[in-house]
Amino acid sequence: MSINSAIDSVRASIGDRISAGIVRWGFVGVTIILVGYFVISEPNFRTIDNVFGMLKFVAPTAIAGLGVMLAMTVGGIDLSVGASAGFAVSIAAWTMVVGNLVGTASIAVVLICGLLIGALNALLIVVARIPDLLATLTMMFVIVGLKLLIVDGKSISSKMTLADGSTAPGSFTPDFLWLDRGSVGPVPVPVIIFLVITALLWFLLERTRWGRALYAVGANAEAARLAGIRVQLYRTAAYMGCGLLASIAGLLLAARIGQGDVSAGNSLLLDAVAVSLVGVSVLGIGRPNAWGTALGAVLIAVMVTGFTMAGLPYYAQDFGKGVVLLVALLFSFTFSKKRTVVVAGSMAN
Amino acid sequence: MTFDQPIAAEGNDTVVSLSGVSFSYGSNVVLQDVNLDFAAGRITALLGANGAGKSTLIKALSGANPKYSGSIAIAGEPVALSTPTVARHLGISAVHQKVADGIVPGLTVAENVLLDDLAGGFRGLLRNRRRDYAAARAALALLGLNWSDRVLGQDARDLRISDAQLVTLARALRSTPRLLILDEPTSALTSAEAERLFEVLRALRADGLAIVYVSHRFGEIEALADSVVVLRDGTVQSHSERPFAWHDILHEMLGRPTELSQQREHTDRGETVVATVDAVPLFPESAPVSLSIRGGEVLGILGLIGAGKTELAEVLGGLAKPAAGSLTLSGSDYAPRRPGDAINAGVVLVPEDRQRQGILPGWSVAHNITVPFLAQSSRFGTLRGSRETARARDVVAALDVVTESLNTPIDDLSGGNQQKVVVGRWLSAAPKLAVLDEPFRGVDIAARRGIGERLTTLARSGGAAVVLSSDVDEILEVSDRIVVLVSGAVALDGYADELDRATIVQAFLGSDAASAIPASDLEQDAEAVTSTPESPSPESTRV
Repeated sequence: MSINSAIDSVRASIGDRISAGIVRWGFVGVTIILVGYFVISEPNFRTIDNVFGMLKFVAPTAIAGLGVMLAMTVGGIDLSVGASAGFAVSIAAWTMVVGNLVGTASIAVVLICGLLIGALNALLIVVARIPDLLATLTMMFVIVGLKLLIVDGKSISSKMTLADGSTAPGSFTPDFLWLDRGSVGPVPVPVIIFLVITALLWFLLERTRWGRALYAVGANAEAARLAGIRVQLYRTAAYMGCGLLASIAGLLLAARIGQGDVSAGNSLLLDAVAVSLVGVSVLGIGRPNAWGTALGAVLIAVMVTGFTMAGLPYYAQDFGKGVVLLVALLFSFTFSKKRTVVVAGSMAN
Repeated sequence: MTFDQPIAAEGNDTVVSLSGVSFSYGSNVVLQDVNLDFAAGRITALLGANGAGKSTLIKALSGANPKYSGSIAIAGEPVALSTPTVARHLGISAVHQKVADGIVPGLTVAENVLLDDLAGGFRGLLRNRRRDYAAARAALALLGLNWSDRVLGQDARDLRISDAQLVTLARALRSTPRLLILDEPTSALTSAEAERLFEVLRALRADGLAIVYVSHRFGEIEALADSVVVLRDGTVQSHSERPFAWHDILHEMLGRPTELSQQREHTDRGETVVATVDAVPLFPESAPVSLSIRGGEVLGILGLIGAGKTELAEVLGGLAKPAAGSLTLSGSDYAPRRPGDAINAGVVLVPEDRQRQGILPGWSVAHNITVPFLAQSSRFGTLRGSRETARARDVVAALDVVTESLNTPIDDLSGGNQQKVVVGRWLSAAPKLAVLDEPFRGVDIAARRGIGERLTTLARSGGAAVVLSSDVDEILEVSDRIVVLVSGAVALDGYADELDRATIVQAFLGSDAASAIPASDLEQDAEAVTSTPESPSPESTRV
């Protein structure tokens, strides 16, 4: 090897390291710079209330994003998360206001509905073999439509007048509203739920063999099957988990709004998919993961809050989110030498 | 310089010459100062272990590695091979190893033959089916093939792998190349199909084409090549003419003295019956097969594609239910409903297609090894990194896997080493019965020996190993006992030291000629997919 080519190869390897470093830490770096900027320029930003406020604000998005992340681990995607969350909002309100159930009973009904929606998604994908993207897109319409049929197309609020002219018997109960307004010490309940779910999913995916099996199904389903993994069982479990998480996100939204807003959850889908994709690229992990998704959600919250404080109009938010997602995708697919294993909406098989 | 000149027919004219060609990925030098000449009318075999730099060299020649240093000249003029299209226009065509990569499913056979036309800008934008078929037929005629319009119009995904191979070859020849590169063209072909390909190649050589032929199979090279180039660690070790000194070539390839002899010095005889197959038909309409598999011996099952090898392997591994009959394992009934049942019962299957069925891309070597046995690597469902590492380290040591570390992504390993990881993964559980379907495909001789030794070790410790292959030499090299499968039936069953090669080959190939297609069907099908009859069984290998 000549001296010139030796120098070239050393130069190349330094270049590789720098680009790998950017891929690995770039996202965290951008977040830190943004936080630093807002901390200096916006005095309100650095209050502890604002920190918890941001986390509380982003909790439903993050939890729905964790659901999408779970579907991505098995190589799929779930486009029905927003609709499922919206369904949960209306069902929670309907059971309490019209059905006069107590908060805990209503929560149980909503969670069971979430699992059923997930099971139905799985049925379409696993048994009926409809491609995940199309199956969950269809389910999105079905779920939104079903919700509108159940609530007669109306938002449900306490003491509303029913179709027969009588007043609704029930109302949002305090134990249900605690989901949003309660706190443990200084920490609001939604933040606790968000962090606990993230930690549980991290443990499941990274530390247990069930998690490894989920990833194996996503990496190469045929090889996983030959390795003795019950592929269809794991895919079903992932979609049911996703449905459950979407309904938890819906519960938090319902408790926040305090009524069964018929349009709630509509904007959740894009944010949830965005944070799970950002999660793939954060830290250069290159595959769907729990803490990355949580971090992606926090980054978007920081951005939205910061820009709002800085006086940017609310309608600039979507543009900002779009840019963040674009950068995330460039990091994980274009600049990374590592193979990115997310097959979001893979149409194969 | 025009590109449409007729190919020189005299032979020994240098068509392509490389001087000082080097290539590196980052700091990793994979080709170093390669000087080679390829002459018209000659077949040059390119030999080397996995990772010797063969693929890199081929890619440089075919325009897929434009960043090589040094110079490549065609007919004496230095050229810059910057893209595959440029290389093709300059007269270098390549047929790559993975046939499936060269076929576009969803397009017709004719469109696949003419694929390069579809890639060009506006010229030929409007297609005409009649003209396309004529052009495709002309290209296939170069290979002596006469396919009907029905075949030309069918979806290329339905082609048998050997026919798909011919389609990619016809496409490569359409640009009237001066140099044709074939990368392991026979790795998915049966011997009969390979022999047909050789006929084609000999005819092309007689027409004055220079051919570079990459293969791991010495028999093919002996039958075909005019000279042999050996690559090792990115440098040319030797460039020798006929007659080939195989012992020296093997030594140059591996960098150490190695026995060429392929016969086993010692043939074990198993005592205990580990598993039996009782009256199981391998195809819906074929006669039932019975077979006893004994511990303490390596059983080699030889058969063409479509002989029922993969079907047998799938029944044993729990991928498919036997249509009738039954299986036993260690004396009791064995009816696995899914692969997991087989694994729990102590039966493991190394599948035929490593990329599709074996490896988990993007995963580390260690995690690829432990995936079927996660329960053994965990406590209360929680994975123990130390147990995983220990298992992976054992496998890597037992099979001499060349890898930077256990955490290296499996994608970074050469094909042979990936295969060692997959085989080692399955043998790491000390199975009662290990079934290996075509385990030596695209694997160099050192890796093949390593895997063979590991199987002997398994047998000596009382386990049973079954190797299924369509290559006689592979079977002779690893087996104590040999079974020949023909069209779903056992044609020969005996111990290696009691059989001679000729008997085995006759049982194996005789079947091809005597293939059970009635003569009337033959005539009817004369224009159909291939020129020779295949066994009537369903094909297991598709593109």
